[in-house]
Amino acid sequence: MSGPTLASRRWRQPSVLPGFGLSFGFTLAWLTLIVLIPLATIFLKAAGLGWSEFVAVGFSPRAMAAYRLSFGTAAMAGLVNAVFGLIVAWVLVRYEFPGKQVVSALVDLPFALPTAVAGIALTALYTPGGWIGQFLEPLGIKVAFTWVGITIALVFIGLPFVVRSVEPVLADLGREVEEAAATLGATRGQTFTRVIFPAIGPALLTGFALAFARGVGEYGSVIFISGNMPGRTEIAPLLIVTQLEQYAYAGATAIAVVMMLASFAVLLLINLIQAASRRRMGA
Amino acid sequence: MIHLRGITKQFGDYPALHGIDLDVAPGEFIALLGPSGSGKTTLLRIIAGLEFQDSGTVQLAGEDVSSLPVAARNVGFVFQHYALFRHMTVADNVAFGLSVRRGKHRMAKAARQARAEELLRLVQLEGLGTRYPGQLSGGQRQRVALARALAIEPRLLLLDEPFGALDAKVRKDLRRWLRDLHKQVGLTSIFVTHDQEEALELADRVVVMNQGRIEQIGAPDAVYMDPETPFVSHFVGETNRIPGPGGEIHFRPHEIIVSPDGTEAVLVDNVFRKGAVWRAEGLLEGSGQFVELDLPSNQAAPRLGETIRFHPHRARMFNADGDQTQGETR
Amino acid sequence: MSQQQATTESPLMRAALIAVALVFLGFFLLLPLLAVFSEALKQGAGPFLDALHTPDALAAIRLTLIIAAIAVPLNMVFGIAASWAITKFQFPGKALLITLIDLPFSVSPVVSGLIFVLLFGANGLFGAWLAEHDLKIIFAVPGIVLATVFITFPFVARELIPLMLEQGRDDEEAAISLGATGWQTFWHVTLPNIRWGLLYGVLLCNARAMGEFGAVSVVSGHIRGETNTMPLHVEILYNEYDFVGAFAVASLLALLALVTLVAKTILEWRFGLHAGARH
Repeated sequence: MSGPTLASRRWRQPSVLPGFGLSFGFTLAWLTLIVLIPLATIFLKAAGLGWSEFVAVGFSPRAMAAYRLSFGTAAMAGLVNAVFGLIVAWVLVRYEFPGKQVVSALVDLPFALPTAVAGIALTALYTPGGWIGQFLEPLGIKVAFTWVGITIALVFIGLPFVVRSVEPVLADLGREVEEAAATLGATRGQTFTRVIFPAIGPALLTGFALAFARGVGEYGSVIFISGNMPGRTEIAPLLIVTQLEQYAYAGATAIAVVMMLASFAVLLLINLIQAASRRRMGA
Repeated sequence: MIHLRGITKQFGDYPALHGIDLDVAPGEFIALLGPSGSGKTTLLRIIAGLEFQDSGTVQLAGEDVSSLPVAARNVGFVFQHYALFRHMTVADNVAFGLSVRRGKHRMAKAARQARAEELLRLVQLEGLGTRYPGQLSGGQRQRVALARALAIEPRLLLLDEPFGALDAKVRKDLRRWLRDLHKQVGLTSIFVTHDQEEALELADRVVVMNQGRIEQIGAPDAVYMDPETPFVSHFVGETNRIPGPGGEIHFRPHEIIVSPDGTEAVLVDNVFRKGAVWRAEGLLEGSGQFVELDLPSNQAAPRLGETIRFHPHRARMFNADGDQTQGETR
Repeated sequence: MSQQQATTESPLMRAALIAVALVFLGFFLLLPLLAVFSEALKQGAGPFLDALHTPDALAAIRLTLIIAAIAVPLNMVFGIAASWAITKFQFPGKALLITLIDLPFSVSPVVSGLIFVLLFGANGLFGAWLAEHDLKIIFAVPGIVLATVFITFPFVARELIPLMLEQGRDDEEAAISLGATGWQTFWHVTLPNIRWGLLYGVLLCNARAMGEFGAVSVVSGHIRGETNTMPLHVEILYNEYDFVGAFAVASLLALLALVTLVAKTILEWRFGLHAGARH
């Protein structure tokens, strides 16, 4: 906690509060040690592979099938959550009903329940003899060990992202705007599509993106229900684990890098859209 | 134009309005004036159809709209915090009411745009149609809200604390501007305010409300000069209250004549310039009541510690029940 | 009179929406939760308790507690330091710093494990050096701790930053102006202001630390009785078709989740705290 030098004064605005050097220094050091260096390793390792090897292992037919499955099911689950998460958020913000507080607390269950527990529980429900599976089997619907099961696991994992993104925006929206639409002659449906939906759109998109990014990387809740057939029901994170178990570090690294870049790209895109809409609305 | 009969409204255990009767003539500009909790906003929202009365009827232009939903009432409403649609341009905001019309009232896009342009011209925001509300100042936003409300050609314009969120300077300009606009458009209008200056400056008639009841309805001059209840006397303008025979005597700080043989005496403990007059404050001899007096500023300022003798030349007297017992010049 | 208000739906529409929401939540959240307990108690309380009393299960529980006891305090100290630096001072690059702190949220758990294998594994950057000095990180407890710290890295900072931003600097500046030292100000002014938010963050951090599966699975090596945490033990039992055992251990983790949810809800009611959407 040395006094501010001339250089540090210029770099940050002066403050009467002490402890900047200590807290900032510790933050930066810990961040570098735990997050930045380990994450940099993977890119270093990938760079060491060379372009042709990177493509060969990172985009092998098996890897491509895994990406298609992971990104496809994550997108599907994100869409399901966008629709139902919006309804859940709407109901929680706008209506009163008995047990509402319990329901609201339950929404966070996927954040609190270990993924492996969710994974075996969902599998138990959807196997042909399970509580839900027994009704689906006679209809010829297979959930466990298919992409449908993976999607269901990802719906479970992603739901709170959508609900918790939309809820505060919906609560902040304010009755006045809706009342204004009504005084101007809009029906309730028009008010929703023309006024409410555009206002919560960015938050819904954020929720979708967060659920999607989480879904792409999800492992624990998926591997029990997915069946893990290479090329068919093998998700990308599982492929990384399989490669590692076979000491195929190059493959694991390349696939991990592709996944990370894709996830970062999605989140970056969302941030850009959000920033643009914030700028436009002058908030 | 508007006829309200026996409007009551209760929020849970809290009675917001007790039997309001009110008639408004076509083209009138009415102020609903009262402190917060007086029910003025609730009354405005009932006229608009944003709330529904527990009992009583609302008649607009000869039609009983008591149970008509807000969207069908064709009433323009300007919200205190503007309630503009932040994700739409200014022009889209203004044209919103036209764009949601269906069936035979539907307007072509070009016609809607032309109408929005015309209204933006009316509120002196020409050329700002492509901006977003977030890029405008508070006063500009309020005018957009007004243009949006006028776009649907409402039969009635309702404004809820229209200048409440603006700073003093903008408020003053916008007030004058709204007055002119009303003259130009001639639309029957009601606005809610807690600012008596605003009500007296703008309205043709002022409706003073308190605790869910109408205290007095009258022209601004009448409400100010001849308040019918102690509440109105106290709430509208500055009032001195001194004990009198069988009740209280109310008089304005300027309604006095200073003379050596005045019936009242006040020991001055504070003096300052208040615009064109000296304001002297002090305690009344005898009753110890705090009073404020306005003295012409072309004379020397009263000194601290000086005793001013005066008597009200015009005052109102209310008995303990708040009934006026006497209200003329002395 | 009971006309419909301008800004709500008809009672029928309302009931329908509530029903859709409840049915959806029932199928996707409530049923899985019930299934855990139902499967665990399928053969009665005896087998359930037996499954928890095996040496392997007890070792897994112990290891999970140890991991959390190391990882959570580390991230708590980091969270406090980071939010002090970020919320009490103005410096360029602050937004970037916050983004970097959030980074572990956007990394797949499996990748979070992989990066430590690449660093400290037998073929990793420091693998040879570690072998020379007879140190073991991967397939050992230190690796599990590292992966857990990485995964739960942003939790406490994430809750404290918005809270401390909202509270501003006035209290601290007042304390300093009255002659308090930095540490006195922190202990007597800042900490009491943020303690519930801190508890909230620690709670969420702990739930994740005890429940983490993917990252830990990659670095643990699944050595029974040694590097098996509770979630990993669930997997092993499940893959051995010991369903009662798997669900018995799982039910303990589900209980932990329920306790976390209840505590979280109480903190939200009582102190108006709110979690961000990212966990």
